[in-house]
Amino acid sequence: MDRRDSLRSLLLGSVAGGLALHGCKPADNEIADALGTQAEEHLFGRTPEEKEQIAKLRAEAFFNDHELETIVVLASRILPPHPEFGGPVEAEVPEFIEFMAKDIPELQTTLRGGLMWLDHQSNTQYGIEFKGATEDQQKALMDTIAFYDPEVRGDERPLEIQFFSLMRNLTVCGYYTSKVGIAELGYKGNSPNVWDGVPQEVLDKHGMAYEEEWLAKCVDQSRRNETAEWDEEGNLLT
Amino acid sequence: MQIKENPTVYDAIIVGSGAGGGMATKVLADAGLKVAVVEAGPFFDPKNPEQQTQLKWPYESPRRGAGTVRDFGEFDAAYGGWEIEGEPYTRKDGTQFDWFRSHMLGGRTNHWGRISLRFGPLDFKHKDVDGLGDNWPIGYEDVKPYYDKVDKLIGVFGSKENLPNEPDGFFLPAPKPRLHELYYIKAARKSGITVIPSRLSMLTKRINEDRGVCFYCGQCSRACQVHADFSAGTCLIFPAQKSRGQVDLFVNCVVREVTTNEEGRATGVSYINKEDRKEYTLKGKVVVLAASACSSARILLNSKSKQHPNGLGNGSDLVGKYLHDSTGSSRAGFIPDLMNRDIYNEDGVGGMHVYSPWWLDNRKLDFPRGYHIEVWGGMGMPNYGFGFDVNEFNKFFGLPTGGYGDQLRADVKKYYGAVVGFGGRGEPIALKDNYCEIDPTTVDQFGIPVLRFHYKWSDHERKQARHMQSTFEELIHNMGGEVLGNTPSAEQDYGLAAPGRIIHEVGTTRMGDDPKTSVTNRYQQLHEVDNVFITDAGPFVSQGDKNCTWTILALSMRASEYIVDQLKQQNI
Repeated sequence: MDRRDSLRSLLLGSVAGGLALHGCKPADNEIADALGTQAEEHLFGRTPEEKEQIAKLRAEAFFNDHELETIVVLASRILPPHPEFGGPVEAEVPEFIEFMAKDIPELQTTLRGGLMWLDHQSNTQYGIEFKGATEDQQKALMDTIAFYDPEVRGDERPLEIQFFSLMRNLTVCGYYTSKVGIAELGYKGNSPNVWDGVPQEVLDKHGMAYEEEWLAKCVDQSRRNETAEWDEEGNLLT
Repeated sequence: MQIKENPTVYDAIIVGSGAGGGMATKVLADAGLKVAVVEAGPFFDPKNPEQQTQLKWPYESPRRGAGTVRDFGEFDAAYGGWEIEGEPYTRKDGTQFDWFRSHMLGGRTNHWGRISLRFGPLDFKHKDVDGLGDNWPIGYEDVKPYYDKVDKLIGVFGSKENLPNEPDGFFLPAPKPRLHELYYIKAARKSGITVIPSRLSMLTKRINEDRGVCFYCGQCSRACQVHADFSAGTCLIFPAQKSRGQVDLFVNCVVREVTTNEEGRATGVSYINKEDRKEYTLKGKVVVLAASACSSARILLNSKSKQHPNGLGNGSDLVGKYLHDSTGSSRAGFIPDLMNRDIYNEDGVGGMHVYSPWWLDNRKLDFPRGYHIEVWGGMGMPNYGFGFDVNEFNKFFGLPTGGYGDQLRADVKKYYGAVVGFGGRGEPIALKDNYCEIDPTTVDQFGIPVLRFHYKWSDHERKQARHMQSTFEELIHNMGGEVLGNTPSAEQDYGLAAPGRIIHEVGTTRMGDDPKTSVTNRYQQLHEVDNVFITDAGPFVSQGDKNCTWTILALSMRASEYIVDQLKQQNI
């Protein structure tokens, strides 16, 4: 098992293990350290400078283990694992949030301060840190900060509400931009295909139809591989 | 000798490999000439697996595609952006101009929107209509044959419409509209707004054996690995390399200045090789500047000599002046009829399938010149930002916003694909007082003096943006939708984007017949130096409400054929 795998099992364990970690301060930052040594990702067109910059961010640790464990717990409450597709852990949401906190440093204080706010509230009300509280206790706390007034500007809302919104944004985004989240969403694209218009049943459902005159200007996909030729007036002959 | 001199004498040295430089390379190499192409960035081919971003998934990136490093998101093809480390530019008198640069083979053509519109007859002579700005010395009939050739050489889909100022061309067939575009067609017609198939340079049909046909991934901004969209590298430089001429590529080489002799004629260029940071020179009979409107102006202004104390070709003091970018303003709406969509693949081509050319008569309006409307929407690939404020639209139904739990999953699907947005792209009036010049206090990391910008919008552009906003609101209402955000106020310039933000900057070396009021002649040749040509958007006198690339290509082809002819006649 390499360090990345061991990180995964630690993260999984912190959720599956019934949150038995409460009260104990990790002796070291094993999880955080492991995050910095993730295996090279697939190629995705990075320039050498960009690769270097990603490696540099990966090598830094921002959250400590306690914070990461709290993120795992909170993210899994925000978006509970789906029985078929999985949840934030399978979607590598904690890794994503850790990376974004380093990539966009403006997020750091809201995230870290918000996590402390959660622990402080939980300690005060239940005598236990958030990650070790019961599900009911956690939800009772979350209920106080999970909803926002859309008429108030984002940056004028109380910090704990801003924090929760940010966590929700990063969790939902991280999940639906992951392999499992995209599968759950059912997004069908990003693959070679031939676009030939909206399916008829969808048109019907929306009371829409293609007009003959418009269709006459559109590509006949059965002839797409015939080389284009025009007459002198610009009329397509093929 | 400290400056390293290359002994080859090229027929032409082309500075820049984007639309203007790529086309010059193609035409000159096809004519059998020996050309050097000097490009500030690296070699780039979207076919190269190491450089490919097309068909990548968001989770292949640790930042899920966020725009932290590349301004248009991590999978965008452009190397560069609004700010480039070590290559600053400055601004003057509290004004704003944002300059987008892309240093790579093909330049900004690797990521652009491929909106390929011809200028119409009016666009070359608009002063005749409203007395503003200046006419071009040439007209549509001069450029039409080149537009025709560009259409056939590169490929553009569209439709014959016989609209007076939106000339038709040699079009490939258009893709069928997507669902939200059908909604748009209905809404636009309700307001009397013309709507037609868009005109984009993507191959919906084969044009030759070298390039593939579009496979509808919707990712032209990532550059196409089968070369089915237009990029100057894939569609012009690569074919030029296979032609009978000789094409030597000098990549990662930053041109400092055009070198001149005692007679004041150009002898070549000097450049800095980024890899060893040493200065080199190249010799050529002709120098073609195509580094982008502002970069070419910068090179001219930095090319000072005894014969050209004010910069090369700058006796008129107009190099850098009349800089102008398209106007732009945008707005989005939430369309309840597009909630709870059936999910299918509607990626389509990398851009809109329908659009609206300018449809009104300015005599009845409080601003001159028009704009066209670009449309976006649909069930795109999730990327960084997807799912932010996931159920914000609950506010339109009196439902709580925020929350957590499985409800969020339902909300994601309920609202997926239910937003439609519009961008207006319009014509500004070119003003002498909007300009770039050399900042005497700043150099870049190569020791080259940098540009300083001075740019202010006038009420012409502000009022046009106000009109865009009211049009967009009307369209959204026509679609039964809710307009998102507040109507931008006068203090916010009615949502008018800052100059430079639309990335259509042109005009810095404008053409004309009078050397006192223009920098180049009608063949884009410097009035004062007959062996220096400019084939980027610098020579534009105005830019219509059309995106500038198709005209850059046509004019570069025209100027390049003139260069071939002049070389043959030994006039230069």
